[in-house]
Amino acid sequence: MSDTLAKATGPATGTEQLTLSKAINTGLRRALEDDEKVVLLGEDIGKLGGVFRVTDGLQRDFGERRVMDAPLGESGIVGTAIGLAFRGYRPVCEVQFDGFIYPAFNQIVAQLAKLHYRTDGAVSMPITIRVPYGGGIGAVEHHSESPEAYFAHTSGLRVITCSNPQDAHTMIRQAIACDDPVLFFEPKRRYWTKGDVDQEITPATLSMESARVVMAGSDVTLVGYGPLVATASDAALAAADEGVSIEVIDLRSLSPIDFDTVEASVRKTGRLVITHEAQQFGGLGAEIAASITERCFDYLQAAPARVTGFDVPYPAAKLEDHFLPNLDRLLDAVDRVMGKRNSLTGWGNR
Amino acid sequence: MAEAAPTVQLLSPDGVLQSDATAEQYRPYIDALSDEQLRQFHRDMVVTRRFDLEATNLQRQGQLALWPPSHGQEAAQVGSARAMRHQDHVFPSYREHAVAMIRGVDVVDIVRLMRGVTHGGWNPAERGNFHLYTLVLGSQALHAAGYAMGITFDGIATGDPETDEAVVVYFGDGATSQGDVSEALVFAASFQAPQVFFLQNNHWAISVPVSVQSRTPLYLRAGGFGIPGIQIDGNDVLASYAVTRKNLDEARAGDGPRMIEALTYRIGAHTTSDDPTKYRLSHELESWIARDPIVRYEAWLRSRGEGDAFFAETATEAEDFAADLRKRTLELTVPSTDRIFDHVYSESHPVMDGQKQWLADYEASLGAEG
Repeated sequence: MSDTLAKATGPATGTEQLTLSKAINTGLRRALEDDEKVVLLGEDIGKLGGVFRVTDGLQRDFGERRVMDAPLGESGIVGTAIGLAFRGYRPVCEVQFDGFIYPAFNQIVAQLAKLHYRTDGAVSMPITIRVPYGGGIGAVEHHSESPEAYFAHTSGLRVITCSNPQDAHTMIRQAIACDDPVLFFEPKRRYWTKGDVDQEITPATLSMESARVVMAGSDVTLVGYGPLVATASDAALAAADEGVSIEVIDLRSLSPIDFDTVEASVRKTGRLVITHEAQQFGGLGAEIAASITERCFDYLQAAPARVTGFDVPYPAAKLEDHFLPNLDRLLDAVDRVMGKRNSLTGWGNR
Repeated sequence: MAEAAPTVQLLSPDGVLQSDATAEQYRPYIDALSDEQLRQFHRDMVVTRRFDLEATNLQRQGQLALWPPSHGQEAAQVGSARAMRHQDHVFPSYREHAVAMIRGVDVVDIVRLMRGVTHGGWNPAERGNFHLYTLVLGSQALHAAGYAMGITFDGIATGDPETDEAVVVYFGDGATSQGDVSEALVFAASFQAPQVFFLQNNHWAISVPVSVQSRTPLYLRAGGFGIPGIQIDGNDVLASYAVTRKNLDEARAGDGPRMIEALTYRIGAHTTSDDPTKYRLSHELESWIARDPIVRYEAWLRSRGEGDAFFAETATEAEDFAADLRKRTLELTVPSTDRIFDHVYSESHPVMDGQKQWLADYEASLGAEG
């Protein structure tokens, strides 16, 4: 990691209530202040402040060279960010929506991810790619997707996501300070969630690679990330009413995954439920289920269960409530791993 | 449609210096060159052709997985490479062997790529700012544009061409159909980046002729992006040098990006895996052999008094270079296995650490049993 964060621990600003969107905005502002090599580029991020206003006011305060309205080309945004990184810059790209990232796929997966490797470590690519992702906002096609698995599958990239304003602020700064390329997925339906944000980063601050136990429990480990951490927490509260104790883990980092934290929890609970909005096949849930099964098979009292989107294209908005994992489907899976008869099995093995 | 301009040619195929108005415009760039610099162009081209042949032979003998020959494109590459200044950055495709050599890449480093020893192999900062070969066509055009944007953002240009920086990206006629090349032209123009797009139109993208890529001369496309484009005889090393020199200095002076289309020809196969007899007519090949860049330049050098001794000496130098390349290629060793995990990330990574250890233990256990 660069020394940008070490020197970024300025005077304590105290804790303030911010939306998740504003928390990222303040994180970007701090990164721009702390390191003059940090530049932002993306579509509509300047005068408009981004379609979600995440970069609101940053071009006004840092100028057009630091906060650039890029021409409308995602491959161009990431490809020129690579060139800027060669020049010593620390670019932060915004891809406007999850479904718009595919034109940049070659530049991210075949170019960016490999350059440190191909130069035998001579050149670092400290590029952060911000991606608003996920559904639940009634949007049109290509505006509600969860493409994280494509990038988690690619070596050379780090993939992280936040679920609350505090992490949003801290993790965007950690991502920018990281010398590796980082995909930073922002849960767009939680942009307006408010929470306390402390801008202080100390050696004790949780690293961006670490998962966090959000709620302790003893019967079932429920792993989620991004937009579904709140849903998972609601499920834990509901299950507690029925006498089932759920430990909720916010994964935070999707590559690498903090398996140690998940494993420690499953060794305690003996049951694992994983949830994500993304389609199930070849997704993060499969990777977590397999890895945890390998690590602590003997401790499992039930097969791990996945609660995910279906393996279909993200549906039209009026149908998305049937696609997205929700409280009831999470509780259904909890019943399943608890061996309750009223539960359906997973759809793959009926 | 943009207006067509004459193709810049300073040296005719039979080695006569041209004196038309276009040629005269570029003459000062040639007149400023010393005899030694002019001789160096010849050495560069002859050595390149010879080691290119040696590498092709090494592939045929099973020493390399693949070789993309540069035969026929020496003038386009040598002229443009010699036109760069020390501080310039180069983003190549994968056939720019002469440019690599001139910028200071050890040719064995390219051979290592093609032998399967590495995917990269050099640090651009230590090799004349010559960046890594890029096999996904056109991708490097955006890296070059971004680098050039960074030069602009740094705002350190002083107006002195000896220190002001610029960027050259090499790409081919096939790559012009890639979206990344068009996006690079958009970004470079939008930010008025100091970048020269050097297009080697060698007329064939493996088996597909340039007429499938474009129904208009490619240099005319630049105008649509708001970028001046110019077409040159790419087999004329003097035209390649003078036009690149001029355009690079304009770019570094803040005049914005430029595009040069060098008309040349891939005399050999696309790579050693290719068989051009399946798609190319021999009379086309012969017509381009008659426009050979080295033959014409040698004729001109002789016409201005260069004697046999120099050409014999250059031929010997090329033979020695090729012999040295062969020797060092055969000496290349396979890297240690754990190298596959090194430098995937800048910072420590649990998966890399774990899998590296696992593979080492596993292979050690096999050794113990054996």
